[in-house]
Amino acid sequence: MGLIREKFRELKKQGKKAFIPYMTFGFPDMKTFESIVMALDRAGADFIEIGLPFSDPIADGPIIQTSSKIALDKGANIYKLLSSLKKLKSRIRAPLILMTYYNPVYHMGIDKFFKRFSRLIDGVIVADLLAEEAGHFVNKARENNIDTIFFISPTTQKERLRLIDRLSSGFIYYISVTGVTGPRKTLPSKIFKHIKKIKKQVRAAVCIGFGISSQKQARMFKKYFDGVIAGSVLIKKILICRKNRNFLKDFEKFTLWLNG
Amino acid sequence: MAKREYFGDFGGRFIPETLEYPLRELDRAYRKYSRNKAFQDELKFYLSRYAGRPSPLYFAKNLSKEFKLRIYLKREDLLHTGAHKINNALGQALLAVKMKKERIIAETGAGQHGVATATVAALFGKKCDVYMGKVDIQRQRMNVFRMRLLGTRVLEVTSGSQTLKDACNEALRDWVTNVENTYYLLGSTVGPYPYPLIVRDLQAVIGKEARKQILKAEKRLPDYLVACVGGGSNSLGLFHPFFKDRKVKFLGVEAKGKGYLGHHASSLIKGSVGMLHGSKSYVLQDKFGQIEEAYSVAAGLDYPGVGPEHSYYKKIKRARYVGVSDKEALQGFKMLSELEGIIPALESAHAAAYLKNLSRSAKKNSIVVMCLSGRGDKDLEIVNEFI
Repeated sequence: MGLIREKFRELKKQGKKAFIPYMTFGFPDMKTFESIVMALDRAGADFIEIGLPFSDPIADGPIIQTSSKIALDKGANIYKLLSSLKKLKSRIRAPLILMTYYNPVYHMGIDKFFKRFSRLIDGVIVADLLAEEAGHFVNKARENNIDTIFFISPTTQKERLRLIDRLSSGFIYYISVTGVTGPRKTLPSKIFKHIKKIKKQVRAAVCIGFGISSQKQARMFKKYFDGVIAGSVLIKKILICRKNRNFLKDFEKFTLWLNG
Repeated sequence: MAKREYFGDFGGRFIPETLEYPLRELDRAYRKYSRNKAFQDELKFYLSRYAGRPSPLYFAKNLSKEFKLRIYLKREDLLHTGAHKINNALGQALLAVKMKKERIIAETGAGQHGVATATVAALFGKKCDVYMGKVDIQRQRMNVFRMRLLGTRVLEVTSGSQTLKDACNEALRDWVTNVENTYYLLGSTVGPYPYPLIVRDLQAVIGKEARKQILKAEKRLPDYLVACVGGGSNSLGLFHPFFKDRKVKFLGVEAKGKGYLGHHASSLIKGSVGMLHGSKSYVLQDKFGQIEEAYSVAAGLDYPGVGPEHSYYKKIKRARYVGVSDKEALQGFKMLSELEGIIPALESAHAAAYLKNLSRSAKKNSIVVMCLSGRGDKDLEIVNEFI
């Protein structure tokens, strides 16, 4: 069993739900990024999702687009990510999940990608890879003990749940709304009905992401899901206050509050 | 991976989960209506009475004399809205009507697809939003004005290179958000399956007509087909109906921009295999798998990817792809204007410019059919700067 499932089992025993913050690699610059990841770890992240930025992030809203552009302009790339993860790995407690788009992975070569990232990450999410296209990708992930995570969205049809469940060895990423990433004040209430139905049909843990903007929302979703993923709201915080003197402390506090 | 979704190794669906179902729904609707006679009759009606099909195949006497070839121009520039884009827009708009979608969105580079979409949206009474890069809005102002006159909202895209690639990103983001009521009317043979197939089928009317017309005029098939390739819709429209005619050579002309050492848009010639906008095909990318910005004086060719079917044609060597620079294209523009009295779009001028190169290698009096995909009114300001 992979580390991700083990962790979910452990959380379940303690009656807890996972808190999974997302951060774009290389944002706002390489050094600050590493300090931010350590702050997320201190703030009690159960997993940390690290985004390898892509030039054309079609699933992302303006906030993650901005962070991706800043990171790419500062020279973020897949090889620098490898060396950054090597440094971070021993300094943090939370398992790492890599999130990206398919092209940078494909371009490196699927085999090489998993060999290089083996033991550095515990899971991988690819925003534009459907379960149907992922056969070889999933096999290579398994060979290197990296869990794969696929999505369920409000438009996912029942007949595809089994495949998505089977290929999601880490957890299933539930997309809260039809749309791109980005904080939303309110999220559709039909989520609760939908998740109850889905929970009956899948075995993997299900975590919700896209749109989380407050502690109140996070708390509410923790009642229904195995975990909550927050990205844009954290990046927005950094965009606003990164020039402040006690920026990292403030950020850690903010993350603690969100997880609260 | 479903074979139906691929052209050889290329194509597929590389998209966020939310678009899986809408794409399947589109595929189902398309397969139903592409075999439905009433639908096809309706499409034929609009293509002939509204758009002006069949377009003429014109024997270009002066060009032929100049290059010692027998050159025929497939006059898509004479269609309503001034380019081949209307063929696809009409077909997909009818599909949107059948699928009961109340809103249409599109991306556009040169604005020709945007204008075609705005036109059919007006015709069928649909709300319409078109995404266009800021750079393209500036260089194709007249088309922006046309779209607005037709009642369409033109939404400026300021991310990335501010051209077609970024307009595509924004249109996809809109679609992910508004899948319930929105039809994404994609303009070229790119994107996730089934778009490359739908657009190619709807544009194949170009090649089907040309095949009949050339057989009537010359009593034999042509030696060469020549067309410009951006995303690849006018070229595939011309090429595909000749696919099995092995002796007919396909020449796809990509934009060489300022040259291969500078900026260009030759994805097939200089790119490598990757995923962009939902399909696997040749793309311009750096060594880290990040998509590079393309460049061409022709906004409609200014795209760092290409339709997956072209990648397949390249791989099986069914088509040959060549490059024409900005400078050569402008010469082609002038030549066609002065020799034949036809002002071509800068995109089509790339194909025209290649005729000169072809005349050096082709046998004397070879029969050439060139797709004159659009008219040049939209480009007069740009050309004026250069000439």
